[in-house]
Amino acid sequence: MSPRELTFHIFRYDPETPEVKPHTQTFKIPEEPAMTLFVALNKIRDEQDPTLKFDFVCRASICGSCGMLINGKASLACKTLTKDLPSDITLFPLPAFKLLGDLSVDTGTWFRDMSVRTESWIHTDKVFDETAQEEKMDDDLSLEIYEAERCIECGCCVGVCATANIRPNFIGATGINRVSRFMLDPRDKRDEQEYFEVVGNDDGIFGCVGLMACDDSCPIGVPLRGQLAYVRRKMAVAGWHRK
Amino acid sequence: MNSYDITTTDVLVVGAGLAGERAAVAAAEAGHNVIILSLIPPRRSHSSAAQGGMQASLGNAAMGKGDNPDVHMYDTVKGSDWGCEQDVARMFVETAPIAVREMAHWGVPWSRVRNEKRMYEGTEIVEDPEKVGLINARNFGGTAKWRTCYTSDGAGHTLLYAMDSIVIKLGITVHDRMEAIELIHDGERCYGVVARSLRDGELHVYIAKTTVIATGGFGRLYAASTNAIINDGGGVAMALNSGVVPLGNMEAIQFHPTGMVPSWILITEGARGEGGHLLDKDGYRFMPDYEPKYKELASRDVVSRRIMQHIRAGHGVESPYGPHVWLDIRHLGEHRINTYLREISTIARTFAGIDPVKELIPVRPTQHYTMGGIRTNKDGKVYGLDNLFSLGESACWDLHGFNRLGGNSLAETVVAGRIVGKKIAEYTNDATLEVKSNLIQEHVNKVSARMDAIRARGKNGENWVDIRKEMQMTLELDVGIFRTGEHLQHAVSKLSDLYERAQNVGLMGGGGQGADPELVNAMRLPGMLKLALTIARGALERKESRGSHFREDYPKRDDENWLKRTLAYWPEGAKLPELKYESITITEIPPGDRGYGESSGKK
Repeated sequence: MSPRELTFHIFRYDPETPEVKPHTQTFKIPEEPAMTLFVALNKIRDEQDPTLKFDFVCRASICGSCGMLINGKASLACKTLTKDLPSDITLFPLPAFKLLGDLSVDTGTWFRDMSVRTESWIHTDKVFDETAQEEKMDDDLSLEIYEAERCIECGCCVGVCATANIRPNFIGATGINRVSRFMLDPRDKRDEQEYFEVVGNDDGIFGCVGLMACDDSCPIGVPLRGQLAYVRRKMAVAGWHRK
Repeated sequence: MNSYDITTTDVLVVGAGLAGERAAVAAAEAGHNVIILSLIPPRRSHSSAAQGGMQASLGNAAMGKGDNPDVHMYDTVKGSDWGCEQDVARMFVETAPIAVREMAHWGVPWSRVRNEKRMYEGTEIVEDPEKVGLINARNFGGTAKWRTCYTSDGAGHTLLYAMDSIVIKLGITVHDRMEAIELIHDGERCYGVVARSLRDGELHVYIAKTTVIATGGFGRLYAASTNAIINDGGGVAMALNSGVVPLGNMEAIQFHPTGMVPSWILITEGARGEGGHLLDKDGYRFMPDYEPKYKELASRDVVSRRIMQHIRAGHGVESPYGPHVWLDIRHLGEHRINTYLREISTIARTFAGIDPVKELIPVRPTQHYTMGGIRTNKDGKVYGLDNLFSLGESACWDLHGFNRLGGNSLAETVVAGRIVGKKIAEYTNDATLEVKSNLIQEHVNKVSARMDAIRARGKNGENWVDIRKEMQMTLELDVGIFRTGEHLQHAVSKLSDLYERAQNVGLMGGGGQGADPELVNAMRLPGMLKLALTIARGALERKESRGSHFREDYPKRDDENWLKRTLAYWPEGAKLPELKYESITITEIPPGDRGYGESSGKK
C-alpha cells in the first residue's frame, strides 16, 4: 500500500510584520510509519519552509511546549500520531495566549503570572534544618500530590476554556489544579481563608462555568473535573465561614 | 553600529534547568540580584525529562539499609572508571542526602517507604516499620545499595517544579526565549554575554559581576539521542569560542541502554531497577551470562556494550530501524507499572503503540548524556576566565569521569547548585561590576557580523539542515559505543570539512529577519561542529578504553599512560581543537577493578 499524502493547513502570522495578514498555508508531505506531528512539522520546516515557527523541546509529552489546535482540538503535537488523523490536517496556535508567530504562543509568561498569583510554593515558617531527618509522609498522600503535580503547563485546558478566552485574568483549570496540589500538601500551612484570598473569586474557582472542556483536553490525563470539584467545595465552605 | 539594550546585574545565570535555578536561588538568598536567561520557559528544561530519580544515601529502604556516603563514593568512583575528581565526588556524596531533604522541604512529593511486603527477583522485601513514610529509594545500575530517590517516574519534573517555585517565590527575574550567544571577555575576565531574543531577534547585552553557564548537555550532536531538541551545547560552545576556556573529557559520551526504537525517547533505568529484564530475539534473558553479579544493572556503559555485543553475535531483533533487543517489565504487574512506571507506560503506548503490561518494549543503546563539558575547579569556577562559573551537565567539575551512574546527574544538579551556588555568592561579594563599552561593542559587532554574513549569503550559502544531518550521522557511525582509530580518523576529517562548510552557511527560506528560526539554527551550527570535533579528536587521541570510551584497538584501561583528563581548547582562528591533558585527583580510592564489565566478567 502506498503511503498517504498528508495535506497540512497551517496558520501563519508574524506579529512583527502585521502588513502580512493572518492566513493558512498548505504543505503536502508523504506519511511515514509512526509519524508524529513533531516529525511532520520538522520535515516541513527542513524541506519546505525554514521560517515556520513552532515550539518543541522534549518531543516526549513531558515538557508541555507544543500545545496547539489540531483539527480544532487542543493537544500536544509531539504525541499526536498522524495515523490517528484524516489526511487533511489543520494546525492553529492555542488561543488565549499571546501569539509569538505561526504556531508558537507565549505560555511561559502566562504560567509564571499564574504561579505568582496563586502563590504556587510551599508556605511554611519552618526553616530547613540540614542535620534533621525529613518529615514523614504517607506514600498514598505523596501519590495524590503527584497526581495534581503532573500538570506540564502546556496550556491546552486554558486554550479550550470559554472563561479563559473572555476573561484574561482567569487562572484556568491548570491554576485551580495547582491550588489543589498545595491544599493537599500538609507542608503548606495556608488555611482555608488564605486560599480563599487566592482562588475564591471570579478569576479563580468561581469563574469556572462548568463546561469541562478542560477535562476532555488534558493531554496527560490530570483529573481536572475532580480537582475543580475539590477546590470548589473547599472554597464554598471557606466562603460560608467568611466574616 | 547596532542598537542593543544593556542590562546589568550581580549574577547572570545562563540556563534555567535544575542546576542553573539552584545556583540562582543560592545567589539570591545571599542578597545578590540575579537574572536567569533561558531558551525556553524554565519548567520546560530538559531536567523535567529525568525520570528515574536522584541518588542520595539515606538508607531508608530495606534494600538500602546500611548505606552511607562512603558506599556511594565507592560506587561513583568505580562507575567513573577512576576518571572522576575524588575530592568533588566526596563533597557530592556528603551533600546529596541534604539536597534531597531540602527538595522535600521545598515540596517535592518523593515516593515514600510503604508498609507492605513485595517480591523482587524472587526475594521478599520487608520494610522496616520505623522507616515507613520516609523517602524511599529504588535500585539503579552500578550501585551496591538501593539509593535512588524517586517520585514515581517523574522525579525530574517534580524537582524542577519545586525548584522553580522557589525561583518564583524569591522573585528572581527570568528572561525566557533569550539565547546567550557570545561571552563578553578580554581573554582574562568574563563581563557578561551578548544574547539574542528568540521573540523578535533583537540583540541584548547583559553585564554581570559573575556569569554562570548551566546550559546542559549536547546530545543532539548525535543522530539518535534521548535528549530534548534544545540540547545542542550552545552554552558549552560559547565558552569554547572564547579561545581560552578548555572543555574536559569531551570524548566521554554516555549511551543509555534503553532508548525506545525508533523515537529514541528514554525508557528509564528505573524500569530495570524495578526488576525489568533485557531479552533477545529468542526471548532469552542474556545479561546474566555477561554480568553474573549485576545482570541488567551493571553500569550504563557496560550494559550498552553488552547489548551491542549480543546484537553483533546475531541475537538482535531485526527491524526497519536496525536491530534491537527487548525490555520486558510485564512480570512487574499492572499496578506497579501504572503507578511507579507511569510516564514510560504512557510513552510506550503513545509513541510505539505498545502496552508494556502485556508487551515487550523495543530498545537499543542511545546517546543520553555528556560527561564532558566546560572544565571547572571544585568550586565550579571555569578554567581560563575569571568571573565565570559553570555547573550541571554543561560543566566538567568532574563528578562522572568516563561513565556517570544513573541517578547521579539529577543529584548533581541540585548538589552542585548548592555547593557552587554558595561559591558564586561568595565570589560575587568581592567582585566588581565593570562595563567596558569598547569591549561590549567589539563582541556585539562580532555577533552582528556573523548574522549579516549569513543573511547576505542567503540561498547561495550552505543549508544548515544538510550539514547538521551529516554531522549527526558522522558522530553516530564513527564515534559511537565501539570506536576504532580508523573510524575516528574518518570522523575528524569529515567533521573538519563540515566545519569549513559551516563557515558559509546561508538561508534557504526568508531573509533572516526577526525571530526567523532558520537564522537561529544557522548561527548555532559552527559551534556545534566545534564541539563535535572536540569529541572526535579527544576520542582519536585517547588510546585506551575507559568507561564509556571503548577503543576496539585499545580494549584495556591504561592507567600508566591515560589516567588523565583531556582538555580541549579552540584558539582563535584554529581549524581543529588543541588537546592538553591534566592529572586526575585521587584522594581516597586508587585505581582498581570495577567488579563489572569486560575486565571483570566475561570477555
